[in-house]
Amino acid sequence: MTGNGQGNGRNDSVGTSYVKVDAWERVTGRAEYAADVRTPNALHAKVLRSPHPHAIIKSIDVSRAEQLSGVKAIITSKDFPSMDELKDSFGGELMVNARDLRRMVLADDKVLFDGHGVAAVAATSLEIAEAALDLITVEYEILPVINSTADALKPDAPLLHPDVYTKTLKETPDKPSNLASYVESGWGDVDKGFAEAAVIVERSFDSMMVHQGYLEPQACTARWDNEVCTVWTSTQGTFNGQRMVSTLLQVPLHQVNFVPTEIGGGFGGKIYTLVEPIAMLLARKAGRPVKFVMDRSEVFRATGPGSPQQSTVKVGARKDGTIVAAQGSLVMDAGAFPGAPVAGASMVTFGPYKMEHFKLEAYDVVTNKPRVQAYRAPGGTPAAFGVEVVMDEIAEKLGMDPLEFRKINAVSEGDPSTNGRPLPKVGLKEVLGQVEGSPHWNAPLEGENRGRGLALGFWNGAVAMSSATINVNVDGTVEVVSGHVDLTGTRTTMTQMAADMLQLPPERVSARVTDTASGTYTDVTGGSRTVYTQSQAIYNACESVLNEMKALAADQLKLNEDDIEYADGAFSAKGNPETTLSWDELAGRSRTRGNGPISGYGTSGRLKGAPAFAAHLADVEVDPDTGKVKILRYTCFQDVGKAINPAMVEGQIQGGAVQGLGWALSEYYHYEDGKLRNPTLLDYRMLTALDLPMIDTEIVEVPADDSPYGARGVGEVPIIPPAAAVESAIYRAVGVRMTQLPMTPERVFWALHDDGSEQ
Amino acid sequence: MKVPVRFSVNGDDRDLYIGAHKTLMEVLRDDLELTGTKEGCGNGNCGACTINLDGKAVNACLILGVEADGHEVQTIEGVSEDGTLHPLQQAFIEESALQCGFCTPGFIMSAKVFLEQNPSPSEQEIRTAIAGNLCRCTGYDKIVRAIQAAAKLA
Ligand code: FES
Ligand code: FES
Repeated sequence: MTGNGQGNGRNDSVGTSYVKVDAWERVTGRAEYAADVRTPNALHAKVLRSPHPHAIIKSIDVSRAEQLSGVKAIITSKDFPSMDELKDSFGGELMVNARDLRRMVLADDKVLFDGHGVAAVAATSLEIAEAALDLITVEYEILPVINSTADALKPDAPLLHPDVYTKTLKETPDKPSNLASYVESGWGDVDKGFAEAAVIVERSFDSMMVHQGYLEPQACTARWDNEVCTVWTSTQGTFNGQRMVSTLLQVPLHQVNFVPTEIGGGFGGKIYTLVEPIAMLLARKAGRPVKFVMDRSEVFRATGPGSPQQSTVKVGARKDGTIVAAQGSLVMDAGAFPGAPVAGASMVTFGPYKMEHFKLEAYDVVTNKPRVQAYRAPGGTPAAFGVEVVMDEIAEKLGMDPLEFRKINAVSEGDPSTNGRPLPKVGLKEVLGQVEGSPHWNAPLEGENRGRGLALGFWNGAVAMSSATINVNVDGTVEVVSGHVDLTGTRTTMTQMAADMLQLPPERVSARVTDTASGTYTDVTGGSRTVYTQSQAIYNACESVLNEMKALAADQLKLNEDDIEYADGAFSAKGNPETTLSWDELAGRSRTRGNGPISGYGTSGRLKGAPAFAAHLADVEVDPDTGKVKILRYTCFQDVGKAINPAMVEGQIQGGAVQGLGWALSEYYHYEDGKLRNPTLLDYRMLTALDLPMIDTEIVEVPADDSPYGARGVGEVPIIPPAAAVESAIYRAVGVRMTQLPMTPERVFWALHDDGSEQ
Repeated sequence: MKVPVRFSVNGDDRDLYIGAHKTLMEVLRDDLELTGTKEGCGNGNCGACTINLDGKAVNACLILGVEADGHEVQTIEGVSEDGTLHPLQQAFIEESALQCGFCTPGFIMSAKVFLEQNPSPSEQEIRTAIAGNLCRCTGYDKIVRAIQAAAKLA
C-alpha cells in the first residue's frame, strides 16, 4: 500500500519526472523575483548598520540627513508601535517572539551584532539614500563583546539582555543569564549503560556559523493604498510573514496583503520578515511605495545564518556491536536573541540509532552575532557530525565494518524515536540495504591518500497546515490555487498530484501560488513538509470536486449519485458504460445547469510525522602537502517514501548534499572581535562546479503511513550526513580525526603535520 | 552626471543617457528593464549577472554602463529566437537543471559563450567554464548534464 492509499496511482502523472511547470520563465529570464518588481513612483531604501558588535545607542541624530534633497522618510526603532504589546511568538521553523523580531529588524537601545540595523532611509534614488546614511550621527557607548558561547557562559560574562533568564523545566533562576534555555532529553541511566560497555568513545566537536547562501538577497516592495498595504516579497511563508508584520506594525491582517514573488532560494533563511517592516514603515511615512533590496554584505551580516555548535558525544557499545549508552551535550549559538534550533538538533542527534540508555543536553546561548534562522534541517548537520564520527570510531574499535555496525543498531518501526514516541514506519534498514548492494559501496577504492566514509542522517519531517482550492473551468481544464510558496517545485508536484487524482492529463491542470488576500492559509514552505501535507490537502480538494461533478452527472443523466462511477475523464452509469458524459462536457454544463461553478477546497493539518533517513558515501583524496580534500565520488541514499517527481527529488538531494559539503569543507563566518571579516561570496567560500564530482542518488521508497502517496519530505535530510561522511573518508585516507568544521586545507594540513592538535 | 551611450542590446541599437557611475548590470536592469540579468552579489563573485559582451561572457556588475558604448550586448532575454528556445534553454528544462532558477540566466549565458568556443567539451572543461557561476540549489550535477546535453543537440 502507498501511504493511506487514497491517492493511489490513478494515472501515471505521479512518479514521473514531469517537467517543472515554471521552467520556461526561468530559462528565458522572465520569472519575476522580488528585486525585479517595478512599482511607479517607488522610493529606494537603505539601512544604516552598526559597525560595533555590542554597544548602547546613546543618541541618533537624523536632522542633517533629513535636509538632503530627495530624502523622503527616515525611521528608527521609535517608529514601531510600543513594544510592550508585542508578546506573540511566531513559528515557521524556529520560534521568535515579536519583540525580538522587531529588535532584529532595527535595534532598540542597544546594538547586538556587527551589522545590526539602526536607522533606515527612503529616498528618490539609491545613491541619495546611501548619501543620507553618511549624514546620520549615532553616538555609541561600546560594550565588551561576547564572541562565542564559551565567552557567554563565563560566570562574569557581560549580559546581552538583562531580562533573559534561563528557561528550564526546573525552577526559574533568580539571575539573568546569556544561557537562554536548557533542554534535557533521554531515557534509562547512561552511567549504568557505560559501565556495561566494552568500548567507549568520547570526543568534542566544534563548528562555526554558516549561511544558507540563497543566491537571491532579501528584497521587497511595499505600497500603501489608503489603509491597505501590499507587500511584494521573497518569502517562504506569506501568511506567516503577513502575521509578523501585522503584529510588529499593529495593522490588522486584512489590511496587509503579502504577494509572493518567485523566490531565489530560502533554505529556512527567508521566514522572518527582516526587510518588509522597514519598507512598510518607510512607505507609510513617505506616502509613496518603497523598495528595499539587501546587498550581499547585508545578507551575510544582518539576516539569520545557521547556528554553530560545540558538542560532546560519548557512545558505549557491547562487544556484539549493540549500542548500550549514548550521551551528548550540544552548546548552540543563537546569536543576538534566544532561539537556537535546540529542538531540531536534539531530535536528530542520535536519531538513526537504537540505544538502551540515552541522555542529551542542549543549551541555547546568546552571543554578539546575528540571530540565527533555520538552515535546512536546523541544528542537524553539526549535531550529526559529532555523532557519526564517534559511531565510525566505535565501529573501528570493535573491528567492525561501519555499515555492519549501523545495520546492527538501526532503528525501525516501533523503536522509540529520540522524542520518546515510537517511530512510525521508516525505511532506514532499506536504505542501509541499498548501500550494501550499491555499485559505489562495492567498488574498490585504490590509491594513496584515499578513503571512503559512510554517515547517516535523520529528519523527523514537519507537518503543520496546508490548503488548496481546485477550480474546474468550463472547458474542463483545472486550476489548483494554493498559498504555498513554491521553493523548488510545489506548483509542479501540485499539478501532478491533482492530475493523478482527477485522472486527467497533467497538461490540462495548472497550479498557481496566490497572495494572502486571495488564497487560504498555509504554513511556511519548509521543514520538509510541503509535498507531504499538501498531497492530503489536494486529495481532499479533489474529492470534493469529484463529488460535485458526480452530482452534476447524476442530475444530467437522471440517475442517482451512487450509480455514477468516474474513470479516466468520463462519468458513466455503473454497469452501463454507454450512458456517459465526459469530464469536459460536464464541465461545460456546470455554468448553466448545475449549482454553480465547480470548485473544491481541501485542508490538511493532522497528519502523522513521516520521518526520513539517508546514508551518504564519500570517496575523498587528501593532498598531504596542502591539506586539500578532493571529493572523488559521492552517493546519497535516501528513503523518500514515494518520489512524486524523481528528477526533482534527485535535484533536491544533490543540492542539499552539496550545501553539506560546503559546510564540511569551506564555509564559515570569520569573526574578529565580533566583526564579520568575510561578508562576500569571495571570502565566504561556497563550493563551485569545479570543486565537485557528479552527485549520485539512489532513491529508496518505503511509503510513509499517512498521506495519499506516502511521500516523505526530501529537502532536509541530505544536508545532515555530508560533513561526517567526508570526515570518515579523510580518516581512512590519512589517519587523522577531524573534529572541527569546516575541514579546511589549513586544518587538515595541521592535523597531519603538527602533533595532531588542530589550529 | 549623465552621459550619452549607444550600444546594441539583443540586436537593437539603444541610445541612452545613463549615470556615469552605473554598472552595466544596473543599466540593463533599471534603465532597460531587462531584469533577467540577476544581482546575487554585485561584486563579481556569483555570476548571476553574466551577459555576453562582444562574444565574451562577462559579469555585468563589474563593468560600467559607459564601457558598453559602441559594443554589442546579449542578455538572457535575447537568447531564444522567434519564440524558439535555444538548445541550452531546452536542455536546462529537460534535465531539471534548475530549482529556484535565480542562477539560471547566468549559467546559460556562461555556457552559451563557452559552447560556441568549445562545442564538444569534456565534463571537466564544462566545470571549469562555469566555475564563476554559483548555484546553491542543485549541486551543479544537473547543470553539467544539461550543458553536456546541449552540446550534443547543437
Ligand atoms: S552580481 Fe555580478 S557576479 Fe554576482
Ligand atoms: S537553482 Fe537556485 S541558485 Fe541555482
